[in-house]
Amino acid sequence: MAARWRARRIPLAWLLLTRQPVRLAVALAGISFAGILMFMQLGFRDGLFDASVTIHRLFDADLVLISPRSTSSVSMAGFPRRRLVQAMAAPEVEGITPVHWTLLLWRNPETRATRSVLALGFEPGDPLFTDPSLAPKARLLSQKGRVLFDEQSRPEFGPVAAWFKAGRTVESEIAGKRVRVAGLVGLGTSFGADGNLLTSSETFLELLPNTPPGSIEVGLVRLRPGSDAAAVARRLQGQLPSDVTVLTKDGFIAFEQNYWRTSTSIGFIFSLGAAMGFVVGCVIVYQVLYSDVSDHLPEYATLMAMGYRLSSLLGVVAREGLLLAAFGYLPAYAAGQGLYWLVRSATQLPVAMNATRAFTVLTMILVMCMASAALAMRRLADADPAEIF
Amino acid sequence: MPIRLKSSELMSAAAPRHAIALQGLNHWYGKGDTRRQVLQGIDLAVAPGEVVLLTGPSGCGKTTLLTLVGALRQVQEGSVQVLGRQLAGASQGQRQQLRRSIGMIFQGHNLLRCLTAEQNVQMGSDLLPGLAYRARRDQAREWLRAVGLGDELHKLPHDLSGGQKQRVAIARALAAHPRLLLADEPTAALDSRTGREVVELLQRLARDQGCAVLMVTHDPRILDIADRLVRMEDGRLKALTTAVQ
Repeated sequence: MAARWRARRIPLAWLLLTRQPVRLAVALAGISFAGILMFMQLGFRDGLFDASVTIHRLFDADLVLISPRSTSSVSMAGFPRRRLVQAMAAPEVEGITPVHWTLLLWRNPETRATRSVLALGFEPGDPLFTDPSLAPKARLLSQKGRVLFDEQSRPEFGPVAAWFKAGRTVESEIAGKRVRVAGLVGLGTSFGADGNLLTSSETFLELLPNTPPGSIEVGLVRLRPGSDAAAVARRLQGQLPSDVTVLTKDGFIAFEQNYWRTSTSIGFIFSLGAAMGFVVGCVIVYQVLYSDVSDHLPEYATLMAMGYRLSSLLGVVAREGLLLAAFGYLPAYAAGQGLYWLVRSATQLPVAMNATRAFTVLTMILVMCMASAALAMRRLADADPAEIF
Repeated sequence: MPIRLKSSELMSAAAPRHAIALQGLNHWYGKGDTRRQVLQGIDLAVAPGEVVLLTGPSGCGKTTLLTLVGALRQVQEGSVQVLGRQLAGASQGQRQQLRRSIGMIFQGHNLLRCLTAEQNVQMGSDLLPGLAYRARRDQAREWLRAVGLGDELHKLPHDLSGGQKQRVAIARALAAHPRLLLADEPTAALDSRTGREVVELLQRLARDQGCAVLMVTHDPRILDIADRLVRMEDGRLKALTTAVQ
């Protein structure tokens, strides 16, 4: 290291860039802009995918049983509840919770307009979510016609939370039947559902009298500590009939995200947005480096006449690219953090910086700068030291 | 860190009798019908430490000769020995290596605009193998003092006068410890008094280093600094005088 320091040379790349502050500023602005664009697009994409599994993450389950006909949270099909009971036979299984899951029309108690809400029905005594604060509230559901309303639901469902907190009795209509809000929970909205409510299986079946008997949409399975969830899932899948799919909790989350990723254009649109940022950045960096090399062509030729290798001059351009990437990335990262915060506070979308995305964008900026530098290097071939006399 | 000693191979080669030895050098530009001969059977020898001035009307091939001797151009026909190295048939890499032992001073100063005077000169001393950064920087400063610019170390080229820039260029050329200095009308952009000073400086420093000089010039006022004058016309050499001996 010390030897390298002793052997260092004039930092030509650094000086070429910094002695032309306007050009440098343009280049950095361009790279940062491209970086911010990539951060935003990828952030939105991941945020939306994340938002699609807000509820999924909450479940207190190691394995989740669903019907193979279910495609996503907005179209969950039923399967025989018996399968869940059969799963109990596995020695690792500690407990199960059958869950009804469907979208229902909720009438806004203020405006009387209806809107689709995600309704989950379960036995009030069974554990549903990992959050322990649910259990005492769940007891309120043992009375028929009571629901727990998600206070993070969108305002279109009416001022339910505000009214409830003010001590008013909030009643509304679901699927044409009267229900009363027995309490508030905080779950969060997702892609498929603008609002959520929890109710007892009994009330759920009351609201949906056409549900086939013994049919549920989701079966939660809790395993004994230390069990290998993936292995148990594989074994159960083999033992149970094919009218049920056994997933790990992560698999359940992936199942939902996969639907939004592959069956909708969301992933494509945002990836395309990020690609646009990449292309714009490439064009800007290439322009800057190309005109930089062109402007200094006689100087590069002079250096070649002095005996500098072409490779060391190419190295100068490459280092310019690297410096641009590094100094363009930092403001993009900072701005990304700020904008994520802004998005979070404005939309409740779970958008946050994570290491993977930070690394992805850094890689893309590096590729962008180095590719542009490589293209700009071709201009160096025009530097003919024989022409400078 | 391993020190690259390639250029020292040149140094260690038995001291050549001539800094430059040209024999039957021919050179053409263009191809086919438009092919035009610019150098015709040039024979020239320059001894180590000798100062030779090359004059002649413009377009007579002086600059071409300089670029061939400076290993900047591929030799087409004839023998070009520079510092004991044959350049006819030499590869790009070999020529680039040899250029490290040749100092060049151009008509324009050709300084790097983004570097200070000191950094420009250090671009020359950075070519020396095995010296620490600090040593190379100190050498650069020494050279700038030697050309009388000890107070202008940190100025950028555009803050220097024409004469000062040409002095920086001289310092840069000498900073790489060349054994041959090629100069192409170094006084062209300077007024006569400054031009005279610059050339005298160049001659004195080159002589101190035992460095041969081949200088192309139109300037009649500086001819007297030469050990020998060579005149070129239509691609042929006409040895004129052995000037000041």
